[in-house]
Formats: sequence, structure tokens, C-alpha cells
Amino acid sequence: MRAGKWRMRRLISVLLACLAWIPAYAGMTAPAGMTFEGIGRVATPDEIAAWDIDVRPDFKGLPKGSGSVAQGQKIWDARCASCHGTFGESNEVFTPLVGGTTAEDIKTGRVRSLKQPDVVRTTLMKVPTISTLWDYIHRAMPWNAPKSLQTDEVYAVLAYLLNLGDILPDNFVLSDANIAEVQKRMPNRNGMERFPGLWDVKGKPDVANVACMKDCETEVHLASVFPEYAKGSHGDLAQQNRIIGPTASAPAGQHEAAAPSAPKPPDTIEIAKSHGCFACHNVDRKVVGPAFKDVAAKYKGDASAADRLAKKILTGGSGNWGSVPMPPNTTVSPADAAALARWVLGL
Amino acid sequence: MKLPASPGRVARAPENFLDTEQIAAVQAGRRDFLRGALAAAVALAPAASRADGDPNILQLPEHSRSLGQPVAARGYGQPSQYEQNLQRRQSPGLTQVGAASVSFTPLQGLFGIVTPNGLHYERHHQGWWDIDPSKHRLMVMGLVKQAKVYTMDDLMRLPAVSRMHFIECGANTGMEWGNVSVPTVQYTHGMLACCEYTGVKLSTLLDDCGFDRKNGKFLLAEGADGSSLTRTISMERALDDCMVAWGMNGEMLRPENGYPLRMVAPGIQGVSWVKWLRRLKVGDMPFGTREESIHYVDLMPDGMMRQYTSIQECKSVITSPSGGQFLLDKGYYNVTGLAWSGRGRVKRVDVSTDGGRNWRTARLETPVLTKCLTRFNIDWVWDGGPAILQSRAIDETGYVQPKINQLREVRGSRSIYHNNAIQSWKVDESGEVANAQAY
Repeated sequence: MRAGKWRMRRLISVLLACLAWIPAYAGMTAPAGMTFEGIGRVATPDEIAAWDIDVRPDFKGLPKGSGSVAQGQKIWDARCASCHGTFGESNEVFTPLVGGTTAEDIKTGRVRSLKQPDVVRTTLMKVPTISTLWDYIHRAMPWNAPKSLQTDEVYAVLAYLLNLGDILPDNFVLSDANIAEVQKRMPNRNGMERFPGLWDVKGKPDVANVACMKDCETEVHLASVFPEYAKGSHGDLAQQNRIIGPTASAPAGQHEAAAPSAPKPPDTIEIAKSHGCFACHNVDRKVVGPAFKDVAAKYKGDASAADRLAKKILTGGSGNWGSVPMPPNTTVSPADAAALARWVLGL
Repeated sequence: MKLPASPGRVARAPENFLDTEQIAAVQAGRRDFLRGALAAAVALAPAASRADGDPNILQLPEHSRSLGQPVAARGYGQPSQYEQNLQRRQSPGLTQVGAASVSFTPLQGLFGIVTPNGLHYERHHQGWWDIDPSKHRLMVMGLVKQAKVYTMDDLMRLPAVSRMHFIECGANTGMEWGNVSVPTVQYTHGMLACCEYTGVKLSTLLDDCGFDRKNGKFLLAEGADGSSLTRTISMERALDDCMVAWGMNGEMLRPENGYPLRMVAPGIQGVSWVKWLRRLKVGDMPFGTREESIHYVDLMPDGMMRQYTSIQECKSVITSPSGGQFLLDKGYYNVTGLAWSGRGRVKRVDVSTDGGRNWRTARLETPVLTKCLTRFNIDWVWDGGPAILQSRAIDETGYVQPKINQLREVRGSRSIYHNNAIQSWKVDESGEVANAQAY
């Protein structure tokens, strides 16, 4: 009897010990009943709202709002056209957004031109879901000031983009109320498929080679060889291999070329790179901001230009090169700003 | 310090030094006349020593005769000044803006399976940042009992795991779907790296928030940078071996690789390894983000696009000898390369030197780990004739790395992503190695 009682007591205490490990909320299954008390904290509703920005294909997450094609055009010309072109057609900086879709595609939901062998694939040719565009413009655009567009501005820009693609008429006002209807006009809405072979780690691959070892049936067809004329396309390959080892990086006798020179102090161009200047500028081509060479040409012979330019690098400005403002660069030291200004003007 | 022109190398004479007939003679083993030519060259050098032998041996160098550098001369060590040729590089013309571009790992010069942190390839969508780790936060929300916020302090208190995995961009080798288009292995395969990652398992975090096991079949990962890049990951993968990592080869992540926190999604294309990770959201359907609806979709010959492709299939490449290199002379070579699979371990690697007619099985160096680079080596004696070097990996599922024509039969040549074809390197009589496609 005593032994039985003891066993019962022991069983109860074990059960209680187990219960103590059950977490405060049901459904949690931490490894081996482990809880991590004091690690992490509950997110506040405001914190969740601040970061929970994704918009799904079923429009979950889409905020209420609206914007017209006409409003979108104004924002487009001021903040988008410098990279994407007035009509969304530019390939100067990024691949084109607009082009390659037809009225027939809008009907079928399949972009026919995607079958053509060498067609440039624009965003509107590929994207199946309008939510993707709303989400991406909202989270990542404009290029140099992501997340700066207001909700209604995102609707407006998207309306204008779809208007450029002849998906929406000139007088359209896009809103959360009608976006599901517009989805039914997306030219490539039926153009995507799932392939489990590349989603599931246990998926079935779509090609099968055999591991033949001897006298394998192959003609050894040399289909393509890197052409002689392109050898310089990626710089001096002799400088891209170690100076010792089983292979040489250049034909024998040209090894001297492979010897590294003494380390140099950082070039101004490196300073420019380190401060992200090239996110908006290029030396000889307009990107978001003017080409550095154009800046140099504009202020040629102007003795006070270096000081003014250095100041502008630090504090930002607008108006001299179109409507896109140059943001202040708070991480650049005055010395670096002066060096950058001298370098730009000397180009 | 002046570098000797060809430190310690026995290099063949320059091509313009010998005519074609003489080159043939050298390759046939007749070196007597060459010795005469070299003797003439030596005679021109200042007669520093009468002793017979290598001046690198006979004349003691400065480093053998004086005092070297003290400890901690460099608080963070740097590679030798003689290693400057190995750098991350861009492929000219591939992109227009450096903040939305890629730099490639110099695989041609790396050993073993670990990628040095400073040579890890980069792919940024809107530039990189060096984020203050004390201000970085991770939020786990969506279909969870309690949405939670973690500081780095919080995360680093959790049970940590350390695992070695490869990371490969879905577009690696993407420039080669049609024809060969780039010269070296750095550009054909250099969107590839392998590190030991330290972090907390994703399953630990999801459990800590009490995620909905019934409906939460998909996970969204989001970065804290301007692009706030997002990708959908299957919950099955997330619970299997994904982790949220801060450690990379024994130190913190590099800023270019997501400091202080990134997703590690073993076997899945690199774009899902979200850098500067700020948010994880549990959902009941895929999220249709830009990087799975406009980019990282694979265009098939019928004009359909494959969406949500993730797994990096079994692949290998010979890293030396490889494109843009020159074999020093006839004779012995250790052919070496890398193999990997997003489905598990590499089981075997075969190497052919005749364009795929005959194959020999290479030695796999240890460790051979799941979803990790595996180094292979095999002996080869070059007879001076033309050769086509190929490697073919087989993973533990039995999948055999395909030939490019087999891939093209199914996928055409416009997929951009998921090109895991056998790579060919063509060796000609001069010893030059060039990128080629042979099948």
C-alpha cells in the first residue's frame, strides 16, 4: 500500500513538473519544452503597423486609398522618369518597364511576345499580379528615396504606369475598391506556373543525365568557344590570377605584367564609391543625377565652383540639373567633400 | 619591396620567342637548343655570383638577414601584398548601376571549400549598408500566437547552431544559357560561396512565437535596406534547416553580406538568404513579391514562366585549370574543383579530359557535408595535345549533373536562372584554357 501511494505521489509530481513546462499559450512547441523567458518581447500594434507593409496577390495588406493617372504623371515626371524614361521605356539604367504587351494579351492573360526568341522582357510583360507592383513601388521606389511615396501617390504612380502600358485609360482613378478588377486586365496574369521540381527539395527534376564512364556516346560537339576578340572584355585576365601556382595567368614571358604594384592611397573615385555617389551619378552618363563630366563642363573656368560644389555635396540642393533633388550627404567629411569636388571638376 | 619578375617560376618561353616549329620541338621534348638560348639570356644578367644555382637560394634575401614585423602590427590581418590579383570583380556591361549589381568570387584562386569573407560575392538590389547592430531589430509576426520583437542581444542569447553551407545566386552561370559569354570561372560560376554560419534555427524562433502549424505554410523574409527585399520560403524548408545567422566563418557577417543578421536558407537560391533581415511573417499563401514575380522567374520555351523556383540543383565546376589560365608545361596537373547540391550531399564527381567520352572518378576531400561545397581533386598528365576538361557531379538522390543541351531541350535558352550544366574548359596546344560548351 505504502509503495503504491508513494508511486502515485511521484506520478503526480512528475505530471506537475511537465505542466510547469507547458508554455503560457497553446500551440507553442519549443524544442524539448524549452522556453526562453525574457528573450524578445511582444511587438506593439504600432510597431507591427510600421513594418507590416507587404501586399499579397489577394490584396491582404493593401491600404485604402486612390490615385489618378493624371496625378501619377506628375509624380512620374518628377521622381521616376529620370531612371525609367518618360514613357517607362528606358533601358539606360534599368530594364524597361513598359512595352511588348498588346490588347490581345490583356484579353487572354498571356503575353504572346514572351514566345519570341530575342525579345526584351519588360516588367509589364512579366508581372502576373498587380499587387506585386503596388508592393514594390511602395517599399522600394523611388530608387534614391525608397518608402517616401504616400499611399495615394503609390496608387497614382501605378495607375500612370499601367496607363503607359495601355492597360488603363487616361481618366482612370485606381483605388483599393477597383484594384481587383484591374488585376483581371493584367497582360501576363495567366503566364506563371509552379514547378514543384525546383520548390520542394524532394521534387522531381526535369532533366536526367546518366553517369556513363567509358566510350560514352557523344560526338564531342564544340558548340561554343569564348571568342578571341572578347578576351579583353573583362579586363586584363593576367591580373586576375595568383602570381604562383600550377597555371600561369598569361602566356609565358608576360609574367612581369602580373606583378602587383605597391599599394596606393585610395583614389578619389574610391572615396566617391564609398559614399555611394555612384548610386545616382556616373562619370560620363546621366543617371538619376547629372554625369560628373557634365558638371565639370558646366563650371569650367569658374574659380569658386569647387567650394560651392563641396558645400552642395554636404548639404544637398536642387534646381540646377532638373527637378530631382540631391540629398544631403551627412556621412561625408568636409575634407572628402572638397576632394570630391576637385575631382569632379577636373574630369 | 621590389618583386622579382617571375618569382621562382619555370615558365615557358614567350610565344613570340619561338616559332611554331620550335614550339612543336619543345613539346616533343627537345629542349637542347632552348638551353642555349637561355644561357645567352643569363649571360646578359650582372654577374652577381659565380656560384652555380638559383640566386633565390644563393643570395640570402633580406627577410633571412634582418628583423621582421612585430605582433599586432595590423590589428586586423590582411592578405599578403602578393595576393592582390584575387579580388571581387564586376562583369562589365552586366548592369548599369553599382548599387543594383553583382560582384563575383574569384573561384580560380581559392582552396578547399571555405570562401574568405572578403572575397564572398555580392548581390545588392539597392546598395549595401553597415547597420548599427544595437539598433537592429527582428520582428516575427503574421500567423503567430504573439508577434515578437528581438534585439541582437536577444537573438544571441538563444541556442545557437553552426553549420557550413553553400550559397549560390539563382542566376549563377545565367550568362551561359545561350553561348559562352564570359572568359573565366570567376564570371561563369563566381556567384557562389561557402561559409560556416552561426545563428539560431528558424524553427526555434517560430516556436517561440507560437506559429500556426496548420495554416502557416509559407514564410516571408524581409530586409531592412532600401529595397526591403522580400522572398517567400516554404514552411517545410524553414522548419528543416533554415537559420537566422549573425556569424560567418568565425566572425560577424560582413556588411556586404547582411550585417548584423541574415537568413540562411540551405540549398535555396541566394536571393532567399535575405540580408539585413528585419521581419519574418508567417502566412497561408505565397506572397508574390517582386523577386518571385518579375525577377527570379524562369522563362520556358512556350512563354510560360516558372514562379517560386528555389532549389539549386546538383552542379560542379573545375576551378583549376580553368578559363583564362595557361598550363605552364606538359606533364602532371592536379585538376581541382567544387561540387554542390541543394538537395543534400555530393556522392561522386567524375572528370573527363576528352569532352565527355571517358570519365574517371575524382577524390572527394573531407568534409563532405549536406548542401555545402565539396572539393574534388584528380590526377591528370597533360600530353600537350588539345583537351576538353569537364566535371560531372552526382548527389545523394542519384541526380546526375546534366549537359547544357539536355537542359536546353526542356528549358530552352532564356531561363536566366538555374543553369547547373556541366562546364567545359578547352585546352589548346599552347596550354591556353578557354571557356567552351561541348557535348
